[in-house]
Amino acid sequence: MKLRGLTLDGHKSRPLQGLIRPVPPPAMLVLALDQGAGEAAAPVVRPGDAVRVGSPIAAGAGAATALHSPVSGIVREIAEHPAPRGAGRCIVIDNDGRDEPAVPAAPVDWRAMDGKALLGLVAEAGIAGLGGAAFPTATKLALARAAGVDLLLLNGAECEPWICCDDALMRERAPDIVLGAQVMLAATGAQRCVIAIEDDKPEAIAAVESAVRALPALFPLGAEAPLVAAVTGREVPHDGWPPQVGAVCQNVATAATVARLVRDGRPAMSRIVTVTGSGVNEPANVEARIGTPVAALVDACGGYAATNVRHIAGGSLTGRMLAGDEVPVTKGLNCVLLATAADLPLRAPEVPCIRCGDCADVCPAGLLPQQLHVAARAGDSAGLARFGLGACIECGCCDYVCPSSIPLTARFRAARAREHLAEVERHRALEAKARYERHQRRLAEQAEAERQAFDAARRRAGGADPGGG
Amino acid sequence: MNASAILAAIGTVAALAAVLGGILGWVATRLRSDPDALVERIDALLPQTQCAQCRYPGCRPYAEAIARGEADIDRCPPGGEATVRALAALLDREPRPVDPHYGTTRAPRVALIDEDRCIGCALCLPACPVDAIVGAPRLMHTVIAAHCTGCELCLAPCPVDCIAMVEPAATSPGRAVA
Amino acid sequence: MTDLLLLALGASLVNNFVLTQFLGLCPFVGVSRRFEAAAGMALATLFVLTLASGASYSVWHWILEPLGLGYLRTLVFILLIAAVVQVTEMLVRATSPLLHELLGVFLPLITTNCAVLGVALLNLERQHGLVESLVYGAAAAAGFGLALLAFAGLRERLETADVPAAFRGTPLALITAGLMALAFMGFGGLVAR
Repeated sequence: MKLRGLTLDGHKSRPLQGLIRPVPPPAMLVLALDQGAGEAAAPVVRPGDAVRVGSPIAAGAGAATALHSPVSGIVREIAEHPAPRGAGRCIVIDNDGRDEPAVPAAPVDWRAMDGKALLGLVAEAGIAGLGGAAFPTATKLALARAAGVDLLLLNGAECEPWICCDDALMRERAPDIVLGAQVMLAATGAQRCVIAIEDDKPEAIAAVESAVRALPALFPLGAEAPLVAAVTGREVPHDGWPPQVGAVCQNVATAATVARLVRDGRPAMSRIVTVTGSGVNEPANVEARIGTPVAALVDACGGYAATNVRHIAGGSLTGRMLAGDEVPVTKGLNCVLLATAADLPLRAPEVPCIRCGDCADVCPAGLLPQQLHVAARAGDSAGLARFGLGACIECGCCDYVCPSSIPLTARFRAARAREHLAEVERHRALEAKARYERHQRRLAEQAEAERQAFDAARRRAGGADPGGG
Repeated sequence: MNASAILAAIGTVAALAAVLGGILGWVATRLRSDPDALVERIDALLPQTQCAQCRYPGCRPYAEAIARGEADIDRCPPGGEATVRALAALLDREPRPVDPHYGTTRAPRVALIDEDRCIGCALCLPACPVDAIVGAPRLMHTVIAAHCTGCELCLAPCPVDCIAMVEPAATSPGRAVA
Repeated sequence: MTDLLLLALGASLVNNFVLTQFLGLCPFVGVSRRFEAAAGMALATLFVLTLASGASYSVWHWILEPLGLGYLRTLVFILLIAAVVQVTEMLVRATSPLLHELLGVFLPLITTNCAVLGVALLNLERQHGLVESLVYGAAAAAGFGLALLAFAGLRERLETADVPAAFRGTPLALITAGLMALAFMGFGGLVAR
């Protein structure tokens, strides 16, 4: 199977020159109720409550994971605050600096627990996918268990330029990853585990000795469908997901977090973030508690190196702009790229498509971006469906190679949103029509019943016996 | 040309025409047209608000009028530009803006009954074409926002003017602006 | 058999009625904006042409010629074509009201399609028998359909393309038709006559 994508300049060497730096917990932590999955958790504390390290502060539901306080202190407020995915409600905690745990650290006897109990443990600990999507790990593993997957695929690909937090984790904490993999195997019932790492990370591969599969350093091999295809040769249906072909993917950092859970009984409270770009003095991988403002991360890396810096969450292809450096770290934040104009040149103005076909050559989903672009511009819903807009993973490869600088990914994202809204409207119209028809039927039946009653009454009145009623 | 030749010519053509006419008549009785299929396809593109702004008592009568050729495709304000374009694509006609004579396209709204002022007269219940108002005489009435299509037909029957049109709440499933 | 094959090839490709002889241009440009409508029109024309071809030959051979009324052929052929088209219209309306709506006025206009009358008259001029008339009619319609479908496909693509304002719509359509006619000149000489 041909693997399609881009071989890019990684810009990963500088942060990896040193070890992972711990970021001292700041005086104030901002914990976003939406940690990146798109749904907000429900707070279980109120302003003024005292919290300790590991005490639950929000309950998970749906795509939102449970939140635990990473520090001890007092809850200051629950209010709107800038966050990596736009402003949202956040629990703000004042750190008292004492780091008192809610319960003492204790290992969990996970080997004695069955699959369901392990899943419950992971859910309670609020562990979310640390590859960027922040999807509840327990839910994903439970669905995989129900689908009967036979392969646990740990994702150490880290294909996007600039991001190297997973590389650092693999180099320094490989045993954690292996332990996490063992727990996840028990939780899902999968038979084997493959750890996939791109071949531009030889140190990481060496560190993670067992079950390593080396992949070519191709973007976006870290996305689930291309990853499963590259490792197993099985193609995930474009409107489906990996368990349909017997595999479940987990990021290596998520596995390491599960390991920490069973080793110390600690819920998800911190993560490794890459702080990089020409805009920071000492690019490094840092370990920070959830809720730490980005400004504290930059401070731990020697401060700003330039003034006109763009803050980007993620890498150079799929990253999003951040509002500023008061935005806090969430479970879904894997990299803060402080970019100057030298790192990310501004886009050239768009010119008409010259039909070169380069976009189709690099699309990892095997789509035809040229045709999708024409259909998106014309608002042609049928055309968009026919050319597979639903299968687009918004990786940005077509954008990158387009000689006409057409912002294809943005167009497709907008088209998808429009199509989704149109679909919702169509659904509503169908329901309204059904209710209208029921309404008409009800009126007709009522009228019919009244008419029959009238007829019956008239018959009774007309045909009454002279002596009878 | 002599008379018999002319008569023969006229007679032949007349006979031919009569035979053909007979065949056509017979075929017409055997082939019944089913206009419903077209009406269904047009109706599927309408927003089902049942508001009667197009001057037809519901979306299906409007669809039937379009199929008959009586009404043009630019009469649906709740459907807006998107509906006109979809109808134009289906029927191979030129798309154009919604005719302002029939109303203006606005953001979707739902009805809200002010419970302090509602007197429980139940006059609004039968007015709703999709039965979205819950209530009974002398009991509180309320509009089920998820079912309300924004047709505004309940506003007129209310004797105390207690129904207002408001923006749908943010938690209801996403609504597209027409 | 070979004669019939060569006859068909000639009528459909070499002397294509739309792109080489420039007959039947009205539905060619009028119905080609949507592929669905063009396909319906191609089928309708196939039905009409074949039937009309056969009917006109039969009427001429067994009624008009023996009675010495050959000079009435144009009038009578139009009568026949009109009747066949009317039957076709009723058929289309019964099977697909949408197609009927899409074709609109072009369906009864098949009566005035010069290709249909042209085929009927050409059959006489070339002294075709009944079988040859039918084959000639069907092949002419196949060629018409081919040109129409290709043109409709191109026009649908051009609809969403980035066309300079001055050329949008009819101008580009006519240029396209001209280029198609040039392309079909490539068939010239394939079959003698």
